[in-house]
Amino acid sequence: MASNKKYWKSEAELNPNDSIVEALKQNEFVEEIPVDDFLGDKETLSSTNTNRRDFLKYVGFSTAAASLAACEGPVVKSIPYVVQPENIVPGVANYYATSIANGFDFASILIKTREGRPIKVENNNLAKVGGSANARVQASVLSLYDSTRLQGPMANGEPIEWDVLNAAVKAKMGSLAGSSKKIVLLTQTYASPSTNRLISELKAVNQNVEHVTYDAISEDAALTAYENTYGERALADYDFEKADLIVSFSADFLSDWQGGGYDSGYAKGRVPKNGKMSRHVQLEANMSLTGANADKRFPLTPSAQKVVLAKLYGKLNGTSVGGNTSEYDAIVDKVAAEIKKAGSKAVVVTGLDDLDAQMVVLAINKMLGSKAFDVASPRYIRQGNVKALKALISDMNSGRVGALIMDGVNPLYSLPNAAEFKEGLGKVDLSVAFTTNWNETAEAVQYVAAANHYLESWGDVEFKKGHYSLMQPTIKELFDTKQFQDAVLDWMGSDSSYYDYIRETWAGGILNGASWNQALQDGVFVVNNIGEEEIADVKVGEEEGGEDTVGVSIASAVRNLANVTAGGMELTLYSKVGMGDGQQASNPWLQEFPDPITRVSWDNYVTVSRADAEALGVENVNVANGGMDGNYVNVTVDGVTIEKVPVVVQPGQAKGSIGLSFGYGKKVGMKEAMQTGVNAFVLYKDFNANQTVSIEKAPGNHEFACVQLHKTLMGRGDIIKETTLEIFNTKDHAEWNHVPQVSLNHQEVPATSVDLWDSFDRSIGHHFNLSIDLNACTGCGACVIACHAENNVPVVGKAEVRKSRDMHWLRIDRYYSSEDTFEGDNIKKDEFDGLWGEKGSLGGFGEMEHPADNPQVAFQPVMCQHCNHAPCETVCPVAATSHGRQGQNQMAYNRCVGTRYCANNCPYKVRRFNWFLYNNNDEFDFHMNNDLGKMVLNPDVNVRSRGVIEKCSMCIQKTQKTILDAKRDGRVIEDGEFQTACSSACSSGAMVFGDVNDEKSKVSELKESNRMYHLLEHIGTQPNVFYHVKVRNTNEA
Amino acid sequence: MAQDAVAESGDGAASGGDAAAGKALFNQNCAACHSLDRKMTGPALANVESRLAEDEGLDREWLYAWIKNSPGVIKSGDAYANKVYAEYNQAAMTPFPTLTNADIDNILAYTAAPPPAPAATAATDASASDASSGGSSGISNEVILGALVLIFALLVVMLFLVNTTLRRIAEANGISIEKENAEKRVPVWKAFAQNQFLVLVTVVLLLLGSAYFAYGWMMQVGVDQGYAPIQPIHYSHKIHAGDNKIECKYCHSSARVSKTSGIPSLNVCMNCHKSIYEYKGNPEGPSKEDLANGYTNEFYTNEIKKLYKAVGWDEENQKYTGETQPVEWVRVHNLPDFAYFNHSQHVSVAGVECQTCHGPVEEMEVMYQYSPLTMGWCVNCHRETNVKVEGNEYYEKIHAELSKKYGVENLTAAQMGGLECGKCHY
Repeated sequence: MASNKKYWKSEAELNPNDSIVEALKQNEFVEEIPVDDFLGDKETLSSTNTNRRDFLKYVGFSTAAASLAACEGPVVKSIPYVVQPENIVPGVANYYATSIANGFDFASILIKTREGRPIKVENNNLAKVGGSANARVQASVLSLYDSTRLQGPMANGEPIEWDVLNAAVKAKMGSLAGSSKKIVLLTQTYASPSTNRLISELKAVNQNVEHVTYDAISEDAALTAYENTYGERALADYDFEKADLIVSFSADFLSDWQGGGYDSGYAKGRVPKNGKMSRHVQLEANMSLTGANADKRFPLTPSAQKVVLAKLYGKLNGTSVGGNTSEYDAIVDKVAAEIKKAGSKAVVVTGLDDLDAQMVVLAINKMLGSKAFDVASPRYIRQGNVKALKALISDMNSGRVGALIMDGVNPLYSLPNAAEFKEGLGKVDLSVAFTTNWNETAEAVQYVAAANHYLESWGDVEFKKGHYSLMQPTIKELFDTKQFQDAVLDWMGSDSSYYDYIRETWAGGILNGASWNQALQDGVFVVNNIGEEEIADVKVGEEEGGEDTVGVSIASAVRNLANVTAGGMELTLYSKVGMGDGQQASNPWLQEFPDPITRVSWDNYVTVSRADAEALGVENVNVANGGMDGNYVNVTVDGVTIEKVPVVVQPGQAKGSIGLSFGYGKKVGMKEAMQTGVNAFVLYKDFNANQTVSIEKAPGNHEFACVQLHKTLMGRGDIIKETTLEIFNTKDHAEWNHVPQVSLNHQEVPATSVDLWDSFDRSIGHHFNLSIDLNACTGCGACVIACHAENNVPVVGKAEVRKSRDMHWLRIDRYYSSEDTFEGDNIKKDEFDGLWGEKGSLGGFGEMEHPADNPQVAFQPVMCQHCNHAPCETVCPVAATSHGRQGQNQMAYNRCVGTRYCANNCPYKVRRFNWFLYNNNDEFDFHMNNDLGKMVLNPDVNVRSRGVIEKCSMCIQKTQKTILDAKRDGRVIEDGEFQTACSSACSSGAMVFGDVNDEKSKVSELKESNRMYHLLEHIGTQPNVFYHVKVRNTNEA
Repeated sequence: MAQDAVAESGDGAASGGDAAAGKALFNQNCAACHSLDRKMTGPALANVESRLAEDEGLDREWLYAWIKNSPGVIKSGDAYANKVYAEYNQAAMTPFPTLTNADIDNILAYTAAPPPAPAATAATDASASDASSGGSSGISNEVILGALVLIFALLVVMLFLVNTTLRRIAEANGISIEKENAEKRVPVWKAFAQNQFLVLVTVVLLLLGSAYFAYGWMMQVGVDQGYAPIQPIHYSHKIHAGDNKIECKYCHSSARVSKTSGIPSLNVCMNCHKSIYEYKGNPEGPSKEDLANGYTNEFYTNEIKKLYKAVGWDEENQKYTGETQPVEWVRVHNLPDFAYFNHSQHVSVAGVECQTCHGPVEEMEVMYQYSPLTMGWCVNCHRETNVKVEGNEYYEKIHAELSKKYGVENLTAAQMGGLECGKCHY
């Protein structure tokens, strides 16, 4: 029957006489195929010697030849030193103590070098002040090997010799001597005794030299307030460990507030000890890292914060403060009551760029006699002077500046009135900029002096009074660069180097007979007898200021604050943990570092509250490929508009406020992939981070690279276990650290007691465990970058991160509560009843996906949990991943065939797949494709190839090295010797690593703690990483 | 031997010292900085006494004083002493207070002896005779072989002749045997081809055989056992570690503390080669194999010159010029990047002899890869080798516990966890 069917090819067949039908019967195609067109000229084709067969022969031969040639091993050359330096042994790392002082980040650190190459930044544990390296400092070693660095001095875009530059400066300085025109040094904050001495000597030689210090992100208000109160231009220091109550008005002291570095002291007070821990109240507009760690957070716009601060002062002082609104009285009453109860154990801090607010806060702390408040030994690491800078710009424009020499600053990028500065620059006779990278300012000056990276420089820092630190080079200059101070010495006609100069300074006034070599080896030096002198100084300050005048100015400051009114939408500019002021914008590690709060990498954005987002009609949506999209807005401050800024809807953002971070939007001298975000400095009017702003929706959709799309915990209280201090102190741990139960033979037993597998004996030898205390972890992310550096983790770029192909071995999950508290989430989930209805789980879970408007926030670092009964190991078809006796889940990359079964079977989702070859691949133009960038790689760890899984190894290279060192010395390993990259980078003490078979070790003690729990305990993986229940201090006064 | 005889004959020529004893003392105390006929760290010492007496008017007493306490002589303001001191870059000569006057007499007797006759002529004589004798034995072998071949060829020819003669006789008699047989018989190969069982068995065997060889061939891809690349400087481990018995770790010092054994930097070579500027070889002269390979004394001396060029050593003025040319050695032992190997673990902790893995290096004229360096080779050793725990506090606890667990006296590296993937792959 089938043969009866006729299939029609076209309707032309309906007409049997159609010529096409006839043609189709004869030929497959109606028209002749234009073979000639693509085979070319027939004559040449036939006359050619290479016919098809020959071609195939050639192909065959070359394939065979290539594969045969591949059998031949390559010849590897080995080139030893001609004269080996005494202290370098190939294969053995050397550590040097040095400091970073780039004007924004100040820290005392150790540098690990291999064969003379700095490869890793470590904390300097000898430093009592500034000893913790944040994420940017951890990443700064990669900026040394930035392929876009300047390789030599330049003039008008052409490379020149240093002699030419120096001669030009000297000539100009000579010709300006005695003239009315000024020579101005516009520099970063150095906080350096030697540089200060150097500049004052230069001033002594040239009367018309002026020094202006400029911080891109200014603390001018706080500096001026301190100066008004205590007579010295510095910042008060705070020891949060000594505080029982911390009240912060917008002070993001866990990241960069007043120079940062407060997290370790804070974290120490946050771990419950003897039933006590500090309480932290945060009043802020943006959801900051500090706010996310607070016990109680009030989302308030900056203007509201000022009113609250004024009223709080009144309440504490017992005076009545006027002002317009009473809507914040409830907050004021609560906070004031708590402060009164804590007394001298309370401390108030503020990050508001407002002189009045800063004055009031200093007055409050003084009034409280706060023990955490330290004015005896203030901080020097912010010196920027806005008044002087403004005067400089007007001087430049009126032609009163003869020479402008800049170091460590990029005003044409970071000034809100960059155009004005540029105009003035045109009127300056000689302009020189010391910079490591080609940037906006370098474009506009006459001479660009290629500056050293801090790892190539000498220097010294006085973090705070009496606390000194030395900076020493850990590598010879990679390029033809010079540090500013050496150049100044040259201009002054001095023969000595800056190194000699520092030694002279230290011998003169600092060391006081102590050993220079010891100070250099330690990296830090503390002048002990400073205390007494200091107190005297303070008194002098008070006398000078006069108790009365200060009192009067406080009263007027309070009045001013109380009368602040909101004038529309309020913008708060902030600096991100990853990018800071943008100095290291060309650092791929930092670009790929996900923001701890929004978990967005490679971008900055406007954060808006949900209510405002709805009013504006902007939203974030998650699209099918796993990426997050957001709408654009135009942001206008005082007539200056940034167009097309993407929006992130931020839970906890105060209604009526928006946030935008500094540090992005750099274009000049940057690789294309690094040109991310928008430049927020243009909105930084009068160096005030709080601005009145208007925003409007703009067309288009922005593609974010966000690594965490799901924002809430959905009531899964066993992932982050939380409790309150009250419950923690009063109830049995079974209540607040509940071990999940399973039914075995119809009896409820703890899930940990049931197992599919027989356990191995793990009591012999080392057994490594990592403890993570969720109370101490602030989410700062230093560990993420430390892991990056230690383990040669590749950077994959924005497009890949968007596809969830980020390679971070260690991520810090951030969760919001969808009710007011996480506890509320748990209760809501437990009360679900059926699918439908008011308590139905279908709608209920949908609701729980949305974070609350002022949610609780929790951070949880997650890396490979090194399960003793690992689900990944059992599914690997080639046994590429296996378990070691020391507890590490091992990954043999060379054995892996890339099935990714393990990644699918991992309940913690910590395994990463190399979708591409990330090294030597110009498609990934970050640092692993050029010789310079590759110098940062750790020679003890593999660089993985395409198609294999990789993951946290618990830094097996480090544990193995510790074991080997002990074996070689024939000794027992002490507690604390075992470290992973993350645990040694953790300055808050949240991560503790060690051997649990050593009963005396800290980690085994922590494992016995009743706060200890394992992640997803009920699935029985028996991880070697454990967490400590997060305790919140909700005890209100 | 010839030199010794000469030296002895010069005995007492001027001094009354024993030149033979003097030679021993000279080599022991002076040779690091002085040579007889050549300026080194210090001046050439041939006929030093007569030279000083003639040119400077200094007597043996001055020499006694100088050798026993040269800094003292310089300090005393002695003109010649200061001149020499200045001339030789102010390198102070080590004082030898322990040498007696008699010892110094002996040394001076040795220096006063005529410079040793160049050994080259003797050596070449010896080598020539060696070569001729070696050659004759070679020829005799070839003659025997040639004779055998000749006899064999003769036999073949004879067989052929006999065969043809017989065939002719048969033809003459009219007999033809071959054709009949040929018709009846099936050729062996045809019979084989028709037997399917045999064909199957053969094919299976052939396949198995070729698979075996293919596997064997593939498994040696990337295994460079015996790899002996030509190096930019012909460095003979045989001369250094074998003949002169220099301890391996004198040059490869980082093997004790580092993961790499380290190719010595050139300043390590110069520790000795500052004074060893030529290769004198065996007293008997180069062996015949050496000569066959071209390893004459001049050859080796020339290699030392290459070192000087690389390190920038000006022999004339005994100074570093600062113009260096780092030597690009060809790496012999190449472990893949994904395998972590630490020398100090094996050398310092386990006390493994270098030769265990690197073979008889002290016999290697040209360094070659002795071991396969495959994972199987590593693993086998870890299975068989006991961990050296004696006197190492680190191992005390773990050894006590583990040996109890496994019920053994000595633990192998494998039992200690030396077979875990992550111990070498990370």
